[in-house]
Parts: sequence; C-alpha cells; structure tokens
Amino acid sequence: MKILVCISAVPDTTSKINFTANDTKFDTQGVQFVINPNDEFGLTRAIWFQEKQGAEVHTATVGTSSVEPIMRKALAIGADKGFRIDAAPSDGFFVATQLSSLIQREQYDLVICGRESIDYNGAMVPGLIAQHCGYAFINACVKLEIEGTQAKAVREIDGGNERLSSSLPLVIGAQKGLVEESDLKIPNMRGIMMARQKPIDVLSAEDVAARTTDIRFERPAVKSEVTLVKPTDLDTLIDLLHKEAKVL
Amino acid sequence: MALLVYLEAEDSKLKKSAAELASYAAALANGDKVFGLTVNATDASDCGAYGVDEIHVLETAATALTAEQTAQLIAETAKEIGAKTVVIGSSADAKYFGALVAAQLEAAYIPNVVGLPETQDGASLYKRSVFTNKGFAYTKATTETVVIGLAKNAFGAQPNEKSVQVVSMTATLADTKVTSEGTEKASGKATIADADIVVSAGRGLKGPENWGMIEELAEVLGAATACSKPVSDMGWRPHGEHVGQTGKPVATNLYIAIGISGAIQHLAGINASKVKVVINNDPEAPFFKAADYGVVGDAFEVVPQLIEKLKNFKAQNA
Ligand SMILES: Cc1cc2nc3c(=O)[nH]c(=O)nc-3n(C[C@H](O)[C@H](O)[C@H](O)COP(=O)(O)OP(=O)(O)OC[C@H]3O[C@@H](n4cnc5c(N)ncnc54)[C@H](O)[C@@H]3O)c2cc1C
Ligand SMILES: Nc1ncnc2c1ncn2[C@@H]1O[C@H](COP(=O)(O)O)[C@@H](O)[C@H]1O
Repeated sequence: MKILVCISAVPDTTSKINFTANDTKFDTQGVQFVINPNDEFGLTRAIWFQEKQGAEVHTATVGTSSVEPIMRKALAIGADKGFRIDAAPSDGFFVATQLSSLIQREQYDLVICGRESIDYNGAMVPGLIAQHCGYAFINACVKLEIEGTQAKAVREIDGGNERLSSSLPLVIGAQKGLVEESDLKIPNMRGIMMARQKPIDVLSAEDVAARTTDIRFERPAVKSEVTLVKPTDLDTLIDLLHKEAKVL
Repeated sequence: MALLVYLEAEDSKLKKSAAELASYAAALANGDKVFGLTVNATDASDCGAYGVDEIHVLETAATALTAEQTAQLIAETAKEIGAKTVVIGSSADAKYFGALVAAQLEAAYIPNVVGLPETQDGASLYKRSVFTNKGFAYTKATTETVVIGLAKNAFGAQPNEKSVQVVSMTATLADTKVTSEGTEKASGKATIADADIVVSAGRGLKGPENWGMIEELAEVLGAATACSKPVSDMGWRPHGEHVGQTGKPVATNLYIAIGISGAIQHLAGINASKVKVVINNDPEAPFFKAADYGVVGDAFEVVPQLIEKLKNFKAQNA
C-alpha cells in the first residue's frame, strides 16, 4: 500500500495572529510554524500502517523552502520520503490541484489530509482532491482500518458517529480520534538522524489560477470588560442573562 | 440571477439551521429569485417564512445519502436553474460535501462566511473567519460561480414571509464510492452543533465522577455538554465533546465554561459564541478576559445553586 500524507505548515496554536502591509498580509514575524494538528494525527496513523502492514509513506507539502523544517520533522517521525511542491499556497483550489497531479502520477492507494488546516480553515483540500482524482472520500475520519483494497472507517457527525466502508483508492480528512493524543508519534534521536538521509524532492508547481483571493484581513473586535457577579448573588446572573443578554 | 440554498433535513423535517440559511440567501439574493433544495423532507414549506421563493423537494429511494450523492444533487440543481451562487451551511455534513459541490460546479468555495458581502470594484468581498476565529479575511471569488458556506449563528433568522412554491420530484442517485453502514447517535440529546446553549467543563472539575452536576445544568437549560481538550484526552469525557481550536468549534448563543482556564486554543474555538459565562475559582484565570459574565467561585458550590435557581426561573417563566 502506498500512502501520501498531505501536510500543511501552520502557525503554532499559541500564536497571536497579526496582520501587516496595511492588513493585506498575515504577519509571520515571531510565529513558529508546526505540522497542522489534524495532519499530525493522520501522519501517525500512516506510520502505523507502515509498521504493521508494510505501507510506504510519502508526504507532500505545497510551500516555499521555509516549510522544509516541518517536512524534516515528518520524516523524523517515520515518513519514507517527502515531496515539496515549490509555490506559495495561494488558495485551497491551487493546493489541491498541485497535489492531485502528484497523486495521479504516483498512484497512491490512500491519501491522508487533515479535516482542515487551522490557518485558513478552508476544509476543502481533501474533498477537492477526491473529486479531481476520482477517489472515494471520507471526511472527519476518527477510525480507519484497511484490509487488502477495502477500507472501513468511522466519521464524526453532529452528535455521533457514522460507520462507512469503501474501496481504495481513498482520500480521508483526518482529525483527533484517528489516533489517541497519547499515541501521537514524536521524533526520537534515531528518527532525526535518519531523516537527514531521506529525500525531499522539490517539484515545480503547475500554472494554476487560484479561485479565491483574500483582499484584506481584520482582527476581532476588542472585548468589553467582564461583568462579575458574586457567587452569593446568582439571581443577578440569571437576571442579566435573561434581561440584558436575552439568552435565557 | 437565481440563487440556490441547500437546506438540510433530518427525520423528514428541515433542520433548525434552515431558517438562518434561508434568511441569508434571501438577503444575498437582494430581490432575485431564491431557490431552495432539500432531500426527503415531508414538509418543507416553512422556509417560505424566511424568503425562499421556490423549494425543490427531492425524494430518493435511499434514506441516508452519502456526501457524494448530496453533492451531486446540489450541483445538478444549481446547473438546472442556472444558479451562480450556492449557499450551504456549516454542519459536519456541509463541511463534507461542500468541497465536492464546488469541484463539480468549477466554483470558488468560501467557507465560514459571517455576513453579507461588501462590494468593492464590482466584486463581492465575503467576510469569513480564519485562524480559528483569531482573525477575519475579506475574500473574493475569481470564478463566476461561488459556493458560500455560512457560519452557524452568524446571520440569524429573519422572517420574510413569501408564498413559497413547493416542487416535489423524484431524484435518481448516482453510484457512490462510499457506503454508509449505519450511525450511532445519542437520541434526544442536544448536540454541540445545534444547541443554543452549551455547558462546558474543564480540568477544574477534578474527575469524571463530578460530571453529574454538569449534565444536570445542561438538562435544565436544554443545552449540549462540552469539555476542554485535556478532559477528553484523559478519557473523562468522549472525544466528541472536545471543543476548541483542535476540537469542535462552538458558535452558540450562550457558552458556559466551568473550571476551564481559558487557554488561547480553547478560546479560539469558542469565541464565535455570542455570550460567554465563566465560573472559575481563580480570579486571574485568563478566561475572565474573554467572558461577558463571570463568577469567581468554587464550581462545586456555584453549580448546584445555579441549577436550583434556574429550575425556579424556568418554573416561573414557563
Ligand atoms: C496543539 C495544542 C492544541 C490544543 N487545542 C486545544 C483545544 O482545542 N481545546 C482546548 O480546550 N484546549 C486545547 N489545548 C490545551 C490548552 O492549551 C489547555 O491546556 C487546556 O485548554 C486547559 O484545559 P482546562 O482549562 O480544562 O484545564 P486547566 O488549564 O488546568 O484549568 C483548570 C481551571 O479550573 C479552575 N478550577 C480549579 N478548581 C476549581 C473549582 N473547584 N471551581 C472552579 N474552578 C476551578 C482553575 O482555576 C483553572 O483555571 C491545546 C494545546 C495544544 C498544545
Ligand atoms: N499547502 C499545503 N500542502 C500540503 N497539504 C495541504 C496544504 N494545505 C492544506 N493541505 C492539506 O489539506 C488539509 C485541509 O486543508 P484546508 O483545506 O486548507 O483546510 C490539511 O490538513 C492538509 O492535509
């Protein structure tokens, strides 16, 4: 089985988000980039298939050379090889089209994406890839077993779960639950040493027009001061929620 | 130009989100004809109260459609009526079929939209939340057709009575690559996605055995229960309850956080909620900076009292 894990580099979850150039660009100054959390769950599951079922695991990232440190981290966690498609990821459609070309060329059986990236929260790349490549697609995937060419999966729905099955090739949108937080793979010394020898192939990007453009950005409005209510005066809290906030 | 809004149905009825989606579509259409689409709903005429002119009710042989099949029906309908704008919601299902619809229509997909677009140089700029609510982007489509994913509770329901024309028809479903083997759902319980109120608790509760009062509070309020990430990581509560930047997003009218410190990853995921109440015994807890109302106190004392007082309030206001 040949697996591709698509990894986006996103600001660390503790990052403060600021914009620059007259609010037309995300300000990367002082921001640490990490593997998108949803992709990390997907990568760990891929390594499980590698260790238990002999799968070959590649990763792909659409990005400039600045993403190579996080790609190395994925190799240190255990991926066999990385592809970097050399372009700034302008929008979800652009990214999905680039990845689809690679997927069609390499003929992956399983493509693991995250449910969404926590930067632009598009939640669109895996679905666009599936449609483009004609692969089956399971989103918000919290369980995945593969036997031969058959996949059994569970996805999260509002208020519960749905059990699904499909044949390979398959694209999934991974999230927490696919593996437990405590089972997340972290690179060890040996992995880090080995990653240095592993290849990252740099591919040039195809000329594709993005379908959306972000014209400008804005920070959320500053919050007004909290109204404190004494623990001995909960009637006042209920009254405020009823009359002032009108939510009861 | 015609506009299409997809209204999800559940148990043969339109979901509650239909009112907000229809209202938004009507406002966006600005006088143009608003088509609604729903699948396997026995009565869909309610949406007329929110500005839909014509609702197509598709009947299918299968009761549960896969995302592929839903996407196919939406895309076919959009093509048939010549809609260049398609509005969908932000449920788990919508986040699943949304990209498939966009791909089939060769459309731009703009999710997490929080309001009506502004016009700049003849183009529509849609405000959408990015960086899990830590910012907003004003985004325009470069294609003629666009799929808009409306964020929950961003626009609200706005009554706009129209005499809606209901068109029922039988739909043929294409083959699907994914097969549903069944669903597991807690029945009769409010979900984080649909509830108007969410009661959420964190590590301050000390252990899973103390969740009884959280569930009782939720029940009194008709609320869904949620939790912080460590609580689900430790197995005190199921993963489905984990909210925040790496869990579920919460955009309710009222979010009550009990024994949750208010870490940046937690706040990012719940910030789109309208009113936030915090109960925490540490006055320095960062959550107080993000809250509208706060009680500095011990959850084990405050919550049981609050339950009693709310019961009285409900009895008086029933
Ligand atoms: C990559 C990454 C992603 C993350 N994503 C998320 C996410 O999506 N969602 C999320 O929630 N977290 C997330 N976190 C974790 C986050 O950083 C915090 O660790 C977490 O939110 C803290 O949970 P908590 O508030 O329940 O616990 P704590 O921080 O331990 O806070 C407990 C609070 O309870 C209060 N308390 C104690 N006893 C009482 C009492 N008797 N009565 C009242 N109050 C009491 C304390 O004062 C304290 O404020 C993420 C972290 C990382 C690194
Ligand atoms: N630049 C990128 N390179 C590789 N994969 C990406 C990139 N952007 C997004 N993805 C993948 O698509 C998923 C969903 O991203 P998005 O559609 O942007 O929310 C991510 O979790 C990644 O798996």
